[in-house]
Amino acid sequence: MIDVENLRIRFGDREVVKGVSFSVKKGESFGIVGESGSGKSTILRAMAGLNESWEGRIAFGGEPAALKRPPGFFRRVQMVFQDPYGSLHPRQTIDRILSELPLVHGMDNIDKRIVQALSDVALPQAARFRFPHQLSGGQRQRVAIARALIADPQVLLLDEPTSALDVSVQAEILNLLSDLREARGLTYILVSHNLAVIAHLCGQVGVMLNGEMVEQLSAQDLRVGKTSHAHTTELRTLSVGLEEPA
Amino acid sequence: MLVDIQNLRIAFENRSSRFEAVRGISLSLGAEKLGIVGESGSGKSLTARALMKLLPSNAAITADRLSFDGIDVLAASETQMRQIRGKRAGFILQDPKYSLNPVMNIGRQVSEAWRAHKGGSKKQALEAAIHLLDQVKIRNPREVAASYPHEVSGGMGQRVMIAMMLAPDPELLIADEPTSALDATVQAEILRLIEELVSERNMGLILISHDLPLVSHFCDRVAVMYSGRVMEELKASELLNARHPYTKGLLNCMPSLTHPRDRLPVLNRDASWLTA
Repeated sequence: MIDVENLRIRFGDREVVKGVSFSVKKGESFGIVGESGSGKSTILRAMAGLNESWEGRIAFGGEPAALKRPPGFFRRVQMVFQDPYGSLHPRQTIDRILSELPLVHGMDNIDKRIVQALSDVALPQAARFRFPHQLSGGQRQRVAIARALIADPQVLLLDEPTSALDVSVQAEILNLLSDLREARGLTYILVSHNLAVIAHLCGQVGVMLNGEMVEQLSAQDLRVGKTSHAHTTELRTLSVGLEEPA
Repeated sequence: MLVDIQNLRIAFENRSSRFEAVRGISLSLGAEKLGIVGESGSGKSLTARALMKLLPSNAAITADRLSFDGIDVLAASETQMRQIRGKRAGFILQDPKYSLNPVMNIGRQVSEAWRAHKGGSKKQALEAAIHLLDQVKIRNPREVAASYPHEVSGGMGQRVMIAMMLAPDPELLIADEPTSALDATVQAEILRLIEELVSERNMGLILISHDLPLVSHFCDRVAVMYSGRVMEELKASELLNARHPYTKGLLNCMPSLTHPRDRLPVLNRDASWLTA
Protein backbone atom coordinates (compact mmCIF):
# COMPACT_ATOMS: atom_id res chain seq x y z
CA MET A 1 0.00 0.00 0.00
CA ILE A 2 2.73 2.43 0.97
CA ASP A 3 6.28 2.31 -0.33
CA VAL A 4 8.96 4.75 0.70
CA GLU A 5 12.33 4.30 -0.94
CA ASN A 6 15.52 6.12 -0.19
CA LEU A 7 13.72 9.22 1.05
CA ARG A 8 16.03 12.17 1.57
CA ILE A 9 14.96 15.51 2.98
CA ARG A 10 17.18 18.51 3.46
CA PHE A 11 16.63 21.92 4.95
CA GLY A 12 19.31 24.19 3.47
CA ASP A 13 22.65 22.45 3.83
CA ARG A 14 21.45 20.15 6.55
CA GLU A 15 20.19 16.72 5.62
CA VAL A 16 17.61 15.72 8.24
CA VAL A 17 16.37 12.50 6.64
CA LYS A 18 19.17 10.43 5.14
CA GLY A 19 17.82 7.75 2.85
CA VAL A 20 14.92 6.10 4.63
CA SER A 21 13.06 3.13 3.08
CA PHE A 22 10.10 1.16 4.36
CA SER A 23 6.88 -0.32 3.10
CA VAL A 24 3.49 -0.97 4.68
CA LYS A 25 0.84 -3.42 3.49
CA LYS A 26 -2.83 -2.51 3.27
CA GLY A 27 -4.63 -2.65 6.62
CA GLU A 28 -1.39 -2.79 8.56
CA SER A 29 0.29 -0.18 10.68
CA PHE A 30 3.84 1.03 10.74
CA GLY A 31 5.26 2.88 13.73
CA ILE A 32 8.17 5.30 13.67
CA VAL A 33 9.94 6.00 16.98
CA GLY A 34 12.84 8.25 17.78
CA GLU A 35 13.86 11.25 19.83
CA SER A 36 13.01 14.83 18.93
CA GLY A 37 15.05 15.95 15.95
CA SER A 38 15.54 12.43 14.62
CA GLY A 39 13.42 13.26 11.57
CA LYS A 40 10.34 11.16 12.24
CA SER A 41 7.76 13.92 11.85
CA THR A 42 9.64 15.29 8.85
CA ILE A 43 9.11 11.98 7.04
CA LEU A 44 5.39 12.11 7.81
CA ARG A 45 5.05 15.70 6.61
CA ALA A 46 6.78 14.86 3.34
CA MET A 47 4.44 11.89 2.87
CA ALA A 48 1.41 14.10 3.52
CA GLY A 49 2.61 16.57 0.89
CA LEU A 50 3.29 19.33 3.40
CA ASN A 51 6.91 19.62 2.36
CA GLU A 52 7.91 19.60 -1.27
CA SER A 53 11.68 19.49 -1.00
CA TRP A 54 12.38 15.80 -0.81
CA GLU A 55 14.12 13.24 -3.01
CA GLY A 56 13.50 9.55 -3.39
CA ARG A 57 10.25 7.75 -3.96
CA ILE A 58 6.99 7.86 -2.03
CA ALA A 59 4.21 5.69 -3.45
CA PHE A 60 0.68 5.06 -2.25
CA GLY A 61 -0.99 1.95 -3.71
CA GLY A 62 1.81 1.58 -6.25
CA GLU A 63 1.31 5.11 -7.58
CA PRO A 64 4.30 7.38 -7.06
CA ALA A 65 3.29 10.61 -5.36
CA ALA A 66 4.12 13.77 -7.29
CA LEU A 67 5.97 16.59 -5.55
CA LYS A 68 2.84 18.73 -5.86
CA ARG A 69 -0.06 16.49 -4.87
CA PRO A 70 -3.25 16.59 -6.94
CA PRO A 71 -6.44 17.37 -4.96
CA GLY A 72 -7.65 13.76 -5.24
CA PHE A 73 -4.62 12.65 -3.20
CA PHE A 74 -6.04 14.17 -0.05
CA ARG A 75 -9.18 12.07 -0.33
CA ARG A 76 -7.01 9.00 0.04
CA VAL A 77 -4.39 10.19 2.51
CA GLN A 78 -5.14 12.27 5.58
CA MET A 79 -3.10 13.40 8.55
CA VAL A 80 -3.88 13.85 12.25
CA PHE A 81 -1.66 16.20 14.21
CA GLN A 82 -0.27 16.11 17.71
CA ASP A 83 -1.90 19.04 19.39
CA PRO A 84 -5.70 19.10 19.28
CA TYR A 85 -5.54 22.57 20.85
CA GLY A 86 -3.58 23.95 17.91
CA SER A 87 -4.90 21.99 14.94
CA LEU A 88 -8.55 23.14 15.05
CA HIS A 89 -9.59 26.64 13.98
CA PRO A 90 -10.63 28.39 17.21
CA ARG A 91 -13.28 30.59 15.57
CA GLN A 92 -15.00 27.89 13.54
CA THR A 93 -17.67 25.53 14.80
CA ILE A 94 -17.07 21.79 14.56
CA ASP A 95 -19.67 21.77 11.76
CA ARG A 96 -17.65 24.30 9.77
CA ILE A 97 -14.37 22.46 10.45
CA LEU A 98 -15.81 19.15 9.27
CA SER A 99 -17.54 20.57 6.19
CA GLU A 100 -14.40 22.29 4.83
CA LEU A 101 -12.96 19.22 3.12
CA PRO A 102 -16.20 17.89 1.55
CA LEU A 103 -16.89 21.41 0.21
CA VAL A 104 -13.43 21.72 -1.31
CA HIS A 105 -13.77 18.33 -2.97
CA GLY A 106 -17.33 19.00 -4.12
CA MET A 107 -18.69 15.99 -2.26
CA ASP A 108 -22.44 15.43 -1.94
CA ASN A 109 -24.54 14.73 1.19
CA ILE A 110 -22.30 16.83 3.39
CA ASP A 111 -24.88 16.87 6.16
CA LYS A 112 -25.09 13.10 6.24
CA ARG A 113 -21.32 12.73 6.12
CA ILE A 114 -20.86 14.98 9.15
CA VAL A 115 -23.48 13.09 11.15
CA GLN A 116 -21.74 9.84 10.21
CA ALA A 117 -18.23 11.14 10.99
CA LEU A 118 -19.30 12.33 14.45
CA SER A 119 -20.88 9.00 15.28
CA ASP A 120 -17.83 7.14 13.93
CA VAL A 121 -15.61 8.82 16.49
CA ALA A 122 -18.25 8.46 19.24
CA LEU A 123 -18.94 12.17 19.65
CA PRO A 124 -22.48 13.29 20.53
CA GLN A 125 -24.32 15.05 17.68
CA ALA A 126 -24.66 18.03 20.02
CA ALA A 127 -20.94 18.65 19.55
CA ARG A 128 -21.57 19.65 15.95
CA PHE A 129 -22.43 23.28 16.67
CA ARG A 130 -19.90 23.83 19.42
CA PHE A 131 -16.58 25.64 19.14
CA PRO A 132 -13.32 23.82 19.87
CA HIS A 133 -12.80 25.63 23.20
CA GLN A 134 -16.08 24.16 24.44
CA LEU A 135 -14.71 20.61 24.08
CA SER A 136 -12.16 18.69 26.13
CA GLY A 137 -8.76 17.67 24.76
CA GLY A 138 -9.91 14.13 24.04
CA GLN A 139 -13.05 15.37 22.27
CA ARG A 140 -10.97 17.74 20.17
CA GLN A 141 -8.67 14.93 19.10
CA ARG A 142 -11.81 12.99 18.11
CA VAL A 143 -12.85 15.97 15.98
CA ALA A 144 -9.41 15.96 14.33
CA ILE A 145 -9.81 12.26 13.58
CA ALA A 146 -13.35 12.83 12.29
CA ARG A 147 -12.05 15.56 9.98
CA ALA A 148 -9.49 13.12 8.58
CA LEU A 149 -12.09 10.36 8.17
CA ILE A 150 -14.69 12.48 6.40
CA ALA A 151 -12.73 12.17 3.16
CA ASP A 152 -13.07 8.39 3.49
CA PRO A 153 -9.29 7.94 3.20
CA GLN A 154 -7.33 4.71 2.90
CA VAL A 155 -4.29 5.95 4.77
CA LEU A 156 -4.04 7.92 8.00
CA LEU A 157 -0.78 9.59 8.95
CA LEU A 158 -0.77 10.06 12.71
CA ASP A 159 1.78 12.42 14.26
CA GLU A 160 1.91 11.81 18.04
CA PRO A 161 -1.90 11.62 18.20
CA THR A 162 -2.05 11.01 21.94
CA SER A 163 0.98 12.69 23.48
CA ALA A 164 -0.92 15.85 24.44
CA LEU A 165 -3.62 13.83 26.20
CA ASP A 166 -4.08 12.29 29.63
CA VAL A 167 -3.35 8.57 29.89
CA SER A 168 -7.04 7.82 30.49
CA VAL A 169 -8.03 9.73 27.33
CA GLN A 170 -5.09 8.21 25.46
CA ALA A 171 -6.57 4.76 26.09
CA GLU A 172 -9.90 5.86 24.58
CA ILE A 173 -8.26 7.35 21.47
CA LEU A 174 -6.03 4.29 20.95
CA ASN A 175 -9.08 2.02 21.19
CA LEU A 176 -10.94 4.25 18.74
CA LEU A 177 -8.04 4.11 16.28
CA SER A 178 -7.87 0.31 16.39
CA ASP A 179 -11.65 0.00 15.96
CA LEU A 180 -11.60 2.33 12.95
CA ARG A 181 -8.73 0.45 11.38
CA GLU A 182 -10.63 -2.79 11.64
CA ALA A 183 -13.96 -1.37 10.45
CA ARG A 184 -12.57 0.51 7.44
CA GLY A 185 -9.41 -1.43 6.59
CA LEU A 186 -7.30 1.70 7.13
CA THR A 187 -3.53 1.75 6.88
CA TYR A 188 -1.73 3.78 9.55
CA ILE A 189 1.65 5.34 9.88
CA LEU A 190 2.10 6.36 13.49
CA VAL A 191 4.88 8.60 14.73
CA SER A 192 5.51 8.65 18.48
CA HIS A 193 8.25 8.72 21.05
CA ASN A 194 6.31 6.33 23.26
CA LEU A 195 7.36 2.74 22.52
CA ALA A 196 4.38 1.25 24.37
CA VAL A 197 1.90 3.24 22.26
CA ILE A 198 3.65 2.24 19.05
CA ALA A 199 3.80 -1.44 19.99
CA HIS A 200 0.14 -1.35 20.99
CA LEU A 201 -1.07 -0.08 17.63
CA CYS A 202 1.55 -1.17 15.10
CA GLY A 203 2.83 -4.50 13.82
CA GLN A 204 6.09 -3.15 12.43
CA VAL A 205 8.33 -0.52 13.99
CA GLY A 206 11.11 1.60 12.52
CA VAL A 207 13.62 3.27 14.83
CA MET A 208 15.04 6.65 13.81
CA LEU A 209 18.36 8.08 14.94
CA ASN A 210 19.85 11.25 13.46
CA GLY A 211 17.85 11.04 10.25
CA GLU A 212 18.51 7.37 9.59
CA MET A 213 16.20 4.46 10.19
CA VAL A 214 18.67 2.32 12.09
CA GLU A 215 16.44 -0.67 12.64
CA GLN A 216 13.12 -2.15 11.52
CA LEU A 217 11.60 -4.88 13.61
CA SER A 218 8.24 -6.38 14.47
CA ALA A 219 6.39 -5.15 17.55
CA GLN A 220 6.64 -8.70 18.88
CA ASP A 221 10.44 -8.67 18.69
CA LEU A 222 10.44 -5.26 20.35
CA ARG A 223 8.29 -6.56 23.19
CA VAL A 224 10.50 -9.55 23.93
CA GLY A 225 13.70 -7.58 23.44
CA LYS A 226 15.02 -9.09 20.20
CA THR A 227 16.63 -5.81 19.19
CA SER A 228 19.80 -5.53 17.15
CA HIS A 229 20.72 -1.83 17.21
CA ALA A 230 22.06 -0.30 20.42
CA HIS A 231 19.70 2.66 20.20
CA THR A 232 16.63 0.42 20.04
CA THR A 233 17.89 -1.55 23.02
CA GLU A 234 18.44 1.68 24.93
CA LEU A 235 14.96 3.01 24.16
CA ARG A 236 13.40 -0.31 25.10
CA THR A 237 15.29 -0.68 28.38
CA LEU A 238 14.27 2.82 29.39
CA SER A 239 10.66 2.31 28.48
CA VAL A 240 10.38 -1.03 30.27
CA GLY A 241 12.20 0.35 33.32
CA LEU A 242 9.85 3.30 33.70
CA GLU A 243 6.54 1.72 32.83
CA GLU A 244 6.42 -0.56 35.85
CA PRO A 245 5.66 1.23 39.11
CA ALA A 246 8.61 1.24 41.50
CA MET B 1 6.76 20.28 58.93
CA LEU B 2 7.83 22.21 55.83
CA VAL B 3 4.45 22.33 54.15
CA ASP B 4 1.15 21.83 55.90
CA ILE B 5 -2.11 22.02 53.99
CA GLN B 6 -5.42 21.33 55.71
CA ASN B 7 -8.76 21.43 53.93
CA LEU B 8 -7.64 23.67 51.05
CA ARG B 9 -10.42 24.89 48.77
CA ILE B 10 -9.97 26.96 45.63
CA ALA B 11 -12.98 28.32 43.77
CA PHE B 12 -13.35 30.48 40.69
CA GLU B 13 -16.20 32.92 40.69
CA ASN B 14 -17.79 35.20 38.22
CA ARG B 15 -21.07 37.09 38.30
CA SER B 16 -23.24 34.13 37.50
CA SER B 17 -21.44 31.02 38.64
CA ARG B 18 -18.97 29.52 41.04
CA PHE B 19 -16.74 26.57 40.29
CA GLU B 20 -14.81 24.80 42.98
CA ALA B 21 -11.63 23.43 41.42
CA VAL B 22 -9.95 22.20 44.59
CA ARG B 23 -12.31 20.72 47.15
CA GLY B 24 -10.81 20.17 50.55
CA ILE B 25 -7.27 18.90 50.13
CA SER B 26 -4.99 18.01 53.02
CA LEU B 27 -1.31 17.29 52.47
CA SER B 28 1.83 17.64 54.51
CA LEU B 29 5.46 17.44 53.55
CA GLY B 30 8.77 17.43 55.36
CA ALA B 31 12.20 17.01 53.78
CA GLU B 32 10.87 14.28 51.52
CA LYS B 33 9.68 13.69 47.99
CA LEU B 34 5.96 13.86 47.32
CA GLY B 35 4.40 13.14 43.95
CA ILE B 36 1.03 14.64 43.02
CA VAL B 37 -0.57 12.75 40.17
CA GLY B 38 -3.86 13.27 38.37
CA GLU B 39 -5.48 14.06 35.05
CA SER B 40 -5.67 17.56 33.62
CA GLY B 41 -8.13 19.62 35.58
CA SER B 42 -7.74 17.63 38.78
CA GLY B 43 -6.35 20.64 40.61
CA LYS B 44 -2.78 19.48 41.12
CA SER B 45 -1.09 22.59 39.72
CA LEU B 46 -3.56 24.90 41.51
CA THR B 47 -2.65 23.29 44.82
CA ALA B 48 1.04 23.94 44.25
CA ARG B 49 0.41 27.47 43.08
CA ALA B 50 -1.82 28.24 46.06
CA LEU B 51 1.09 27.36 48.32
CA MET B 52 3.12 30.15 46.68
CA LYS B 53 0.05 32.43 46.44
CA LEU B 54 0.41 32.53 42.69
CA LEU B 55 -3.25 32.28 41.72
CA PRO B 56 -5.23 34.59 39.45
CA SER B 57 -7.16 37.33 41.24
CA ASN B 58 -10.57 35.76 40.64
CA ALA B 59 -9.62 32.66 42.61
CA ALA B 60 -11.04 32.42 46.12
CA ILE B 61 -8.80 30.40 48.46
CA THR B 62 -9.89 29.12 51.83
CA ALA B 63 -8.09 26.67 54.08
CA ASP B 64 -8.06 25.61 57.69
CA ARG B 65 -4.32 25.76 57.41
CA LEU B 66 -1.97 26.62 54.57
CA SER B 67 1.52 27.07 55.88
CA PHE B 68 5.06 27.01 54.60
CA ASP B 69 7.59 26.34 57.35
CA GLY B 70 5.23 27.80 59.96
CA ILE B 71 4.38 30.92 57.92
CA ASP B 72 0.66 31.31 57.30
CA VAL B 73 0.56 31.78 53.53
CA LEU B 74 -3.02 33.06 53.47
CA ALA B 75 -2.25 35.84 55.92
CA ALA B 76 1.22 36.63 54.58
CA SER B 77 1.81 39.97 52.89
CA GLU B 78 3.16 40.23 49.36
CA THR B 79 6.55 41.26 50.81
CA GLN B 80 6.66 38.15 52.97
CA MET B 81 5.68 35.99 50.01
CA ARG B 82 8.54 37.43 47.95
CA GLN B 83 10.89 36.22 50.68
CA ILE B 84 9.59 32.71 50.13
CA ARG B 85 9.15 32.56 46.36
CA GLY B 86 12.36 31.72 44.62
CA LYS B 87 14.44 32.07 47.77
CA ARG B 88 13.01 29.37 50.01
CA ALA B 89 10.89 27.53 47.48
CA GLY B 90 11.82 27.09 43.83
CA PHE B 91 9.32 26.49 41.05
CA ILE B 92 10.20 24.52 37.89
CA LEU B 93 7.63 24.73 35.11
CA GLN B 94 6.85 22.50 32.21
CA ASP B 95 8.49 24.06 29.21
CA PRO B 96 11.90 25.73 29.42
CA LYS B 97 11.17 27.43 26.09
CA TYR B 98 8.66 29.69 27.79
CA SER B 99 10.28 30.13 31.17
CA LEU B 100 13.71 31.35 30.04
CA ASN B 101 14.30 34.86 28.75
CA PRO B 102 15.07 34.44 25.03
CA VAL B 103 17.17 37.61 24.71
CA MET B 104 19.49 37.11 27.69
CA ASN B 105 22.31 34.62 27.70
CA ILE B 106 22.11 31.73 30.11
CA GLY B 107 25.02 32.81 32.30
CA ARG B 108 23.38 36.18 32.93
CA GLN B 109 20.02 34.62 33.75
CA VAL B 110 21.45 32.20 36.27
CA SER B 111 23.74 34.81 37.83
CA GLU B 112 20.82 37.24 38.05
CA ALA B 113 18.92 34.66 40.10
CA TRP B 114 21.96 34.18 42.32
CA ARG B 115 22.57 37.89 42.81
CA ALA B 116 18.95 38.67 43.60
CA HIS B 117 19.11 36.44 46.63
CA LYS B 118 22.75 36.47 47.65
CA GLY B 119 24.12 39.81 46.47
CA GLY B 120 27.77 40.07 45.43
CA SER B 121 29.48 41.40 42.32
CA LYS B 122 28.57 40.48 38.78
CA LYS B 123 31.82 38.60 38.42
CA GLN B 124 31.24 36.54 41.56
CA ALA B 125 27.71 35.83 40.41
CA LEU B 126 28.88 34.59 37.03
CA GLU B 127 31.39 32.25 38.66
CA ALA B 128 28.64 30.98 40.95
CA ALA B 129 26.39 30.51 37.95
CA ILE B 130 29.00 28.43 36.16
CA HIS B 131 29.43 26.34 39.28
CA LEU B 132 25.66 25.81 39.42
CA LEU B 133 25.55 24.79 35.76
CA ASP B 134 28.28 22.30 36.56
CA GLN B 135 26.19 20.92 39.44
CA VAL B 136 23.29 20.19 37.12
CA LYS B 137 25.74 18.11 35.08
CA ILE B 138 26.23 20.37 32.12
CA ARG B 139 29.54 19.20 30.70
CA ASN B 140 30.80 22.53 29.32
CA PRO B 141 29.30 25.08 31.73
CA ARG B 142 31.33 28.02 30.42
CA GLU B 143 30.19 27.56 26.84
CA VAL B 144 26.58 27.04 27.87
CA ALA B 145 26.69 30.15 30.06
CA ALA B 146 27.63 32.19 27.00
CA SER B 147 24.85 30.81 24.81
CA TYR B 148 21.21 31.85 24.44
CA PRO B 149 18.19 29.66 25.26
CA HIS B 150 17.39 28.95 21.60
CA GLU B 151 20.88 27.54 21.12
CA VAL B 152 20.43 24.74 23.63
CA SER B 153 18.19 21.67 23.60
CA GLY B 154 15.04 21.26 25.69
CA GLY B 155 16.78 19.00 28.19
CA MET B 156 19.64 21.47 28.55
CA GLY B 157 17.12 24.30 28.99
CA GLN B 158 15.44 22.42 31.79
CA ARG B 159 18.84 21.87 33.47
CA VAL B 160 19.40 25.61 33.29
CA MET B 161 16.01 26.19 34.95
CA ILE B 162 16.98 23.79 37.72
CA ALA B 163 20.32 25.58 38.18
CA MET B 164 18.47 28.91 38.52
CA MET B 165 16.09 27.49 41.09
CA LEU B 166 18.95 26.01 43.10
CA ALA B 167 20.86 29.31 43.22
CA PRO B 168 19.36 30.61 46.51
CA ASP B 169 19.58 27.14 48.20
CA PRO B 170 15.81 26.69 48.63
CA GLU B 171 14.30 24.30 51.13
CA LEU B 172 11.51 23.20 48.83
CA LEU B 173 11.42 22.52 45.12
CA ILE B 174 8.10 22.40 43.29
CA ALA B 175 8.38 20.80 39.86
CA ASP B 176 5.20 21.11 37.80
CA GLU B 177 5.40 18.58 34.94
CA PRO B 178 9.13 19.31 34.56
CA THR B 179 9.67 16.76 31.81
CA SER B 180 6.48 16.47 29.77
CA ALA B 181 7.97 18.60 26.99
CA LEU B 182 11.07 16.38 26.79
CA ASP B 183 12.03 13.09 25.13
CA ALA B 184 11.75 9.84 27.05
CA THR B 185 15.53 9.44 27.35
CA VAL B 186 16.06 13.01 28.55
CA GLN B 187 13.03 12.79 30.81
CA ALA B 188 14.59 10.07 32.94
CA GLU B 189 17.90 11.94 33.15
CA ILE B 190 16.26 15.17 34.34
CA LEU B 191 14.10 13.43 36.93
CA ARG B 192 17.10 11.50 38.22
CA LEU B 193 19.03 14.78 38.45
CA ILE B 194 16.22 16.48 40.40
CA GLU B 195 15.97 13.51 42.72
CA GLU B 196 19.73 13.43 43.37
CA LEU B 197 19.98 17.15 44.04
CA VAL B 198 16.97 17.11 46.34
CA SER B 199 18.32 14.17 48.35
CA GLU B 200 21.83 15.63 48.49
CA ARG B 201 20.64 18.97 49.81
CA ASN B 202 17.99 17.47 52.04
CA MET B 203 15.25 19.51 50.43
CA GLY B 204 11.53 18.86 50.09
CA LEU B 205 10.20 18.06 46.63
CA ILE B 206 6.70 18.28 45.20
CA LEU B 207 6.68 16.59 41.81
CA ILE B 208 3.51 17.14 39.79
CA SER B 209 2.84 14.85 36.87
CA HIS B 210 0.18 12.90 35.05
CA ASP B 211 2.39 9.82 34.69
CA LEU B 212 1.81 7.67 37.75
CA PRO B 213 4.40 4.89 37.22
CA LEU B 214 7.04 7.45 36.26
CA VAL B 215 6.51 9.53 39.40
CA SER B 216 6.66 6.49 41.62
CA HIS B 217 10.30 5.96 40.60
CA PHE B 218 11.40 9.31 41.92
CA CYS B 219 9.20 9.96 44.97
CA ASP B 220 8.68 8.58 48.46
CA ARG B 221 4.95 9.18 48.57
CA VAL B 222 2.31 9.71 45.91
CA ALA B 223 -0.99 11.58 46.27
CA VAL B 224 -3.50 10.73 43.56
CA MET B 225 -5.89 13.57 42.75
CA TYR B 226 -9.20 13.49 40.92
CA SER B 227 -11.56 16.40 40.43
CA GLY B 228 -10.08 18.55 43.17
CA ARG B 229 -9.77 15.88 45.82
CA VAL B 230 -7.09 13.50 46.96
CA MET B 231 -8.43 10.05 46.16
CA GLU B 232 -5.61 8.14 47.76
CA GLU B 233 -2.22 8.79 49.29
CA LEU B 234 0.24 5.95 49.40
CA LYS B 235 3.90 5.02 49.50
CA ALA B 236 5.45 4.94 46.05
CA SER B 237 6.66 1.40 46.69
CA GLU B 238 3.11 0.24 47.38
CA LEU B 239 1.60 1.55 44.18
CA LEU B 240 0.88 -1.94 42.91
CA ASN B 241 -1.31 -2.53 45.96
CA ALA B 242 -3.34 0.62 45.34
CA ARG B 243 -6.89 0.21 46.55
CA HIS B 244 -8.77 3.07 45.01
CA PRO B 245 -10.41 2.19 41.65
CA TYR B 246 -9.22 5.50 40.18
CA THR B 247 -5.56 4.77 40.94
CA LYS B 248 -5.95 1.26 39.59
CA GLY B 249 -7.71 2.63 36.50
CA LEU B 250 -4.90 5.10 35.81
CA LEU B 251 -2.29 2.35 36.10
CA ASN B 252 -4.29 -0.04 33.98
CA CYS B 253 -5.17 2.15 31.02
CA MET B 254 -1.56 2.70 29.94
CA PRO B 255 -0.34 0.56 27.07
CA SER B 256 2.58 -1.59 28.10
CA LEU B 257 5.54 -3.01 26.20
CA THR B 258 5.84 -6.11 28.31
CA HIS B 259 2.15 -6.89 28.81
CA PRO B 260 0.44 -6.60 25.43
CA ARG B 261 -3.36 -6.28 25.31
CA ASP B 262 -5.78 -6.11 22.41
CA ARG B 263 -7.88 -3.41 23.97
CA LEU B 264 -6.99 -0.95 26.65
CA PRO B 265 -9.33 -0.82 29.62
CA VAL B 266 -11.04 2.55 29.78
CA LEU B 267 -11.38 4.46 33.01
CA ASN B 268 -14.96 4.36 34.31
CA ARG B 269 -15.45 7.39 36.50
CA ASP B 270 -17.73 6.79 39.42
CA ALA B 271 -19.80 9.68 40.80
CA SER B 272 -19.48 8.25 44.30
CA TRP B 273 -15.73 9.06 44.33
CA LEU B 274 -16.63 12.70 44.78
CA THR B 275 -18.86 12.24 47.76
CA ALA B 276 -16.91 9.61 49.69
